[in-house]
Amino acid sequence: MERNPQLNAKGELQHLLSTEGLPPEILTQILDTAESFVGVTEREVKKVPLLRGKSVFNLFFEPSTRTRTTFEIAAKRLSADVINLNIAVSSQSKGESLLDTVANLSAMQADIFVVRHASSGAPFLIARHVKPHEHVVNAGDGRHAHPTQGLLDLFTIRHYKKDFSRLTVAIIGDVLHSRVARSLIHGLTTLGAPQVRVIGPQTLLPVGVEALGVKVFHDMREGLRDADVVVMLRLQSERMKGALLPSAQEYFKHYGLTLDKLSLARPDAIVMHPGPMNRGVEIDSSVADGPHSVILPQVTFGIAVRMAVMSIVAGN
Amino acid sequence: MRLAIKNARIIDPASGRDGHGDLYVADGKISEEFARPERVIDAKGLVAAPGFIDLSARLREPGLEYKATLESEMQAALAGGVTSLACPPDTDPPLDEPGLVDMLRRRAKALSRARVYPIGALTVKLEGERLTEMAQLTEAGCVAFSQANAPLPDTQVLWRALQYAATFGFPVWLRTEDAWLAKGGVAHDGEVATRLGLPGIPAFAETIALATVLELVRATRARVHFCRLSTAGAVELMRAAKREGLPVSCDVGIHHLHLCDMDLGYFDANCRLEPPLRSQRDRDALSRGLEEGTVDCVCSDHTPVDDDGKHRPFAEAEPGATGLELLLPLTLKWGVERKLSLAKTLARITADAARVLGVGSGRLAIGAPADITLFDPAAGVRISPETLKSQGKNTPFLGYELAGKVQYTLVAGNVVYQA
Repeated sequence: MERNPQLNAKGELQHLLSTEGLPPEILTQILDTAESFVGVTEREVKKVPLLRGKSVFNLFFEPSTRTRTTFEIAAKRLSADVINLNIAVSSQSKGESLLDTVANLSAMQADIFVVRHASSGAPFLIARHVKPHEHVVNAGDGRHAHPTQGLLDLFTIRHYKKDFSRLTVAIIGDVLHSRVARSLIHGLTTLGAPQVRVIGPQTLLPVGVEALGVKVFHDMREGLRDADVVVMLRLQSERMKGALLPSAQEYFKHYGLTLDKLSLARPDAIVMHPGPMNRGVEIDSSVADGPHSVILPQVTFGIAVRMAVMSIVAGN
Repeated sequence: MRLAIKNARIIDPASGRDGHGDLYVADGKISEEFARPERVIDAKGLVAAPGFIDLSARLREPGLEYKATLESEMQAALAGGVTSLACPPDTDPPLDEPGLVDMLRRRAKALSRARVYPIGALTVKLEGERLTEMAQLTEAGCVAFSQANAPLPDTQVLWRALQYAATFGFPVWLRTEDAWLAKGGVAHDGEVATRLGLPGIPAFAETIALATVLELVRATRARVHFCRLSTAGAVELMRAAKREGLPVSCDVGIHHLHLCDMDLGYFDANCRLEPPLRSQRDRDALSRGLEEGTVDCVCSDHTPVDDDGKHRPFAEAEPGATGLELLLPLTLKWGVERKLSLAKTLARITADAARVLGVGSGRLAIGAPADITLFDPAAGVRISPETLKSQGKNTPFLGYELAGKVQYTLVAGNVVYQA
């Protein structure tokens, strides 16, 4: 099998495509670097000159406001020039191929491509075809990976729980379609979290998910017992159109996070959500806005983590 | 041309013959020894075997010439020692009219290279709704009828098609896959697809559809050949069906014989195939099934795809891989892995394939068509875009070093390829 395409010949991070297969040292390096940037984002002048003169192209083949904005803010705080391209509505509709689009932008002297694509693996294809000095950061590909989200989740967990070695983490909901869940699971198992649980109905859990190193629960109450970290996943409304779920109401009854269910977790448990939230579908407002919720700090940390990732790949 | 092949190791799986000797060819047929041949090929160190018969090779004509042409793919066939090939009907337009089949036959004949056996479309435009004119298509040269990779979800149509084909004794070739269960899927529904976030096709999509067809075979007694099995469960069903005496046969593709879903690596689009590469357990069951004869043949499933079709994210990449030139080396590799004699190994691409196809070639008996391949079983070949004659340069085996190099290919007694 080919060498891990994220790493250069020296084993350093060339592209960030997935949290899978990254050594714990690199994950920790990203988290530590992000730690140093949290200070920057709280200063009055929120800028460091690390990427001055560099161009970051936000290539969004799938619409997204939130992730694109956080990447844009992160790049600007590193003093990079940012170009946003919503390709979902431009050249792809004219029939241009993915690699042609990338080659054209490369000719405009890009340094970092931040890529979101609806097809799993698309950033790997791009990474295989860019020039050696160009870097690809995956901002979400299909169901496969959303590594900066996984890393910001890890950052948030470390921030509140200090270390991973005793943690029980419960991930609840639509794991089948979730790139967020996959990226977090790989990160947690790499950093030594002893118990990662996934909770959901059979229709929303992928075949053989146990092989990722997780324990499967269908009963949410059982799965939440003594959890230190509770991660809720977004449930998209189109899941109710097929045969995966009968209704949002029934889903909420069994897998929605309420104060009552949360009381089964540890008293100091934190509750996370990658956003955007569906209140009353996967999470009750009393929990989302309650004392256990760290959902807004996640967003803040997300900027520091994306700054860390871009500054590290650009430096390698 | 009166021709003699001297000092070859002659292997004829049909008769079990394996020994050194000479072969004589006259009037396009294998003949008794005669004096003063016009040409003598010294085949010292080479194996002389019946020309290989490939049960699935797409030539992309008519309609898809930008991917490959009859000329390029016939050349690839001969370089691979393939002298007969069956081509599936999923051309553009599909082979659903006698005129199209006739044209393909004429084009192929004019090139006077490998023998081309068209497989007609089972339903009009492969849409799975109306039956094609099977009798007329047979007259035009179709040897069987198939849906290729197109789904046939309507079991009423499937039943009627098998009844109709059985009435006239036309063989039906099917790759079974439940269209609903396979919908949207691009990889085997297992740990690898879960890790890569690829929509899966469960193994039971194949076995459920296969079990359905087997029931219809019981009802209609149609002769059905199952194409490119991919699962252990399918091998199991075939074993039982044959024990029961149903008129069925089946094949496996070279990819599924050697690869599994782990080979997808980091989204290798060359591994985007139909059916998908399955688990190691499935691969091992197919390999064993081929050895014991539950699986009758191995085919190349040759499907040339251009770079534009493959340089895409995995799910959007066009399925298929080039295979004609890999059929021999990968069949030999299978034989070595299973510690089989060369005769038994080669049977799966000669005598057994001839039986499924219902043709008189695939053997070296006196009077048989002189379709002969001479190859060096030990010579190495490196699979690369430069060495492949096919216009399709995409295969999961790129970079592999394999053993088995074709030196001469004869069709009807003519030397049509020489390395």
